[in-house]
Amino acid sequence: MRYIALTAEDREQMLATVGVSTVEELFRDIPAGVRLGRPLDLEPPLAEQEIVAHLDQLASQNEHAGKELSFLGAGIYDHYVPAVVNTVLSRGEFLTAYTPYQPEMSQGVLQAIFEYQTAICELTGMDVSNASGYDGTTVAADACYLARYVTGRSRVVVTEATNPQVRQVVKTYAPGFGLEVVEVPHSGGTTDPEQVAEAAQGAAAVIFQQPNFFGCLEPAPELAAAAAEADALPVAHVDPVSLGVLEAPARYGCAIAIGEGQGAGNAMSFGGPHYGFIASRLEHIRRMPGRIVGETTDLAGERGYVLTLSTREQHIRREKATSNITTNQTLLALGGLVYLSWLGPQGLRELGETCMALSSYARSELEAAGFEIVFSNKATFKEFAVRVGRPAGDVIRDARKHGVHPGYRLGRDYAGLDDCLLVAVTEKRRKADIDRLVEVLSEVGR
Amino acid sequence: MKLIYEKSVPGRAAYSFPHNDLPVPDVPEELRRTEPPRLPEIAEPDLVRHFTQLSTRNFGIDTGFYPLGSCTMKYNPRVNERLALLQGFRDLHPLQEAEGAQGALELMWRLQEILAEVAGLDAVSLQPAAGSQGEITGLMLIRAYFADRGEAGQRRKVIVPDTAHGTNPASVAMAGFELVGVKTDARGNIDLDELRTKVDGETAALMLTNPSTLGLFDEGIEEIERIFHGAGALMYYDGANLNAVCGIARPGDMGFDVVHINLHKTFSQPHGGGGPGGGPIAVRDILEPFIPSPQVVRLDDGSFGLDENRPKTIGRVRGFTGPFGVFVRSYAYIRAYGPELKGMSEVAVLNANYLLALLKDAYDLPYDRLCMHEFVLSARHLKREHGVAALDVAKRLMDYGFHPPTIYFPLVVPEALMIEPTETEAKETLDAFADAMLAIAREAAERPELVKEAPMTRVVRRLDEVKAVKQLVVKYGFGEQPVPAET
Repeated sequence: MRYIALTAEDREQMLATVGVSTVEELFRDIPAGVRLGRPLDLEPPLAEQEIVAHLDQLASQNEHAGKELSFLGAGIYDHYVPAVVNTVLSRGEFLTAYTPYQPEMSQGVLQAIFEYQTAICELTGMDVSNASGYDGTTVAADACYLARYVTGRSRVVVTEATNPQVRQVVKTYAPGFGLEVVEVPHSGGTTDPEQVAEAAQGAAAVIFQQPNFFGCLEPAPELAAAAAEADALPVAHVDPVSLGVLEAPARYGCAIAIGEGQGAGNAMSFGGPHYGFIASRLEHIRRMPGRIVGETTDLAGERGYVLTLSTREQHIRREKATSNITTNQTLLALGGLVYLSWLGPQGLRELGETCMALSSYARSELEAAGFEIVFSNKATFKEFAVRVGRPAGDVIRDARKHGVHPGYRLGRDYAGLDDCLLVAVTEKRRKADIDRLVEVLSEVGR
Repeated sequence: MKLIYEKSVPGRAAYSFPHNDLPVPDVPEELRRTEPPRLPEIAEPDLVRHFTQLSTRNFGIDTGFYPLGSCTMKYNPRVNERLALLQGFRDLHPLQEAEGAQGALELMWRLQEILAEVAGLDAVSLQPAAGSQGEITGLMLIRAYFADRGEAGQRRKVIVPDTAHGTNPASVAMAGFELVGVKTDARGNIDLDELRTKVDGETAALMLTNPSTLGLFDEGIEEIERIFHGAGALMYYDGANLNAVCGIARPGDMGFDVVHINLHKTFSQPHGGGGPGGGPIAVRDILEPFIPSPQVVRLDDGSFGLDENRPKTIGRVRGFTGPFGVFVRSYAYIRAYGPELKGMSEVAVLNANYLLALLKDAYDLPYDRLCMHEFVLSARHLKREHGVAALDVAKRLMDYGFHPPTIYFPLVVPEALMIEPTETEAKETLDAFADAMLAIAREAAERPELVKEAPMTRVVRRLDEVKAVKQLVVKYGFGEQPVPAET
């Protein structure tokens, strides 16, 4: 049998040591009535090369971003992942370890998480980051649970221009938290601070996205101020790739910053695994969910790292824990750290500027070709909405016949935008790629 | 070892981007970054060396034996890493149209079918990101089920035994249920007499790990099933210990209505220093209408799609359809075994019983039964007689080159040492570990200081966890004053 070392002789000796004569006897505590009593109805075992052939065949059926010129974004982005990321993540000492409960065995991953927490705090301006959340949606639910306890209030506000999947996850979790969810509609692609001010009365938190789901830049300082004025925690959902050019959420008054880390160091991988991040001001550290690594010293006075503030966590605090999270996304967060270290501050800024330059070029070329840019008076980062003149699903279907995926169908989530595409342009797209997009859309759109 | 920030030199960089001469639009001034983030500035050779050096200060299954109880630290086949990185998987956007993602959808559909068979249940949702999320998702399904029957206000209680993982009570609280505890009896089973007094018309569900965190199969499972279903309540199975019973006893056949399966335990997704994991749930048909949306389905024409038209769904619990890269690895792992998953579980149980037999005279065994895939010993008498605690035993094991077991859990056993060898370990490894444990028991009597000061051979000595809480340094200070301690 695969991956198993015992020989027939080993088994005999071991059974004798245990004092039974067959393996079946080891299971004598299991009542007959709940036993399966037949082989599992699964296909026979495959040899390694058969598995490789089978999965190669499945993978080859997918139209991936190396095969099709893609402008899909909407939360997951085709950013370049440098080779060093996977080089590091392939190290068996990281890959095959678990949560560093025993710090003396785990200084490598503990120091890496401490460095990751530092990077997230630098990006967001916050004081404390955890070791990661599941993804960019679940960290929003985490922020709600935190805000519920910090404020004692039972309502959260989420802007409609926040990623629809983030809003859906918040709505799934909210009833269990005893929270009601209120959405503030967008007006012309961004959120009106006055509407937020009104909705924030009595709310535990206000969650908004910067840049928002449409790619537009929100008046984030005013939204944060509107929330803070009502003593609701301002929570910004941010794109880490934007934070070399866009202001850090803590510097415009947010209490919590959350986001999807995928674009910074993880492959798209059909939606996961990725890392979500959550960072807060120091005053909320005891309500933060999940693992946090802290610095300390050993018996000899040498610096070292440990999991800290464990009394927040489920394995100590049980039903009074700040979250039920245990397994998180450490390896993906480590990928994020390696990537951000590869970029450095200058690289992060150039990356943001490159995305903006390419995206802006695409915007103006499409406009010049006669397409209407939706919310055209709003500044955008790497995504923008364009009206294609007929149902977006049809346009996607026809464009894909030309080898181009032109973007996300906004009508899936927003009424009145059935003929609109959300177009994402990362640094992996070149000027000629954008020209090709315009050419194909000119043929199949309008 | 220096932090990467301490190796940073202004002006160094590893990145490169293709040149373009397009103009960069202005960011409105009030939104523009004022101070750049102090990310490391480091050349690529030193970046690789930094993380390689960090990795050598870490211990994984690839390094050595890692019997961390309840975590199923089995070998992670390297071929599965290669498969997850196939470009058709790695570079596939999750919003790709279904016709452009047939291979990925087929893989997920096949995994759903396999997990339903392994669980003995009717439908599977792959969406939950980890076991804990599977738990809360399952509890939300249970709430939705009772709401659908008009019993939501009445069914408020969830019963959790005292041996449960901490995630169970935490999930109960987060899902908005009321927690009711139940004790373990002298044989390590749920105390049925106490249970009968606690289950009534207000009970929504039981959450049970079986085999339990004591590594014992609950012999009263059939009666437990009668008690809960007899009261109209449902049963949730924490699948953390599924590695003991694959192909032998299925949760669905034990009466459970919803199960989460830890793909990073039983099905060998590498643990990654803390994650990622995968926590798919399998459910009985009565709960199927409520499972998260979207759901991977096979259509009448044999192609695969995402069903988003699920009117009774609890909604979405994470982005997209789940951690796909995890599915690739676990699917490949399961295909290597097929029906022989039963043999996998048998060896997991044999390895655990063998190790238990070697150790039970030197350490206290709170429940003297055959174990399943793991067992719990106690260092109680070492502590009483020599002042050597479970923590000290764990630290001393490091000097013998082993990762320690889980300690101080489950809470019902004082000075607990929870040991799970898994099926992928050779007899020689188990023998060597047992020799080390026996040697430590002798050391505890003869030279207790040696054990209490361990480890001596790691990159750091024993670390001061109390100081870490008191001083609370949770990020690098860049040479500035550390953040003040108390909040």
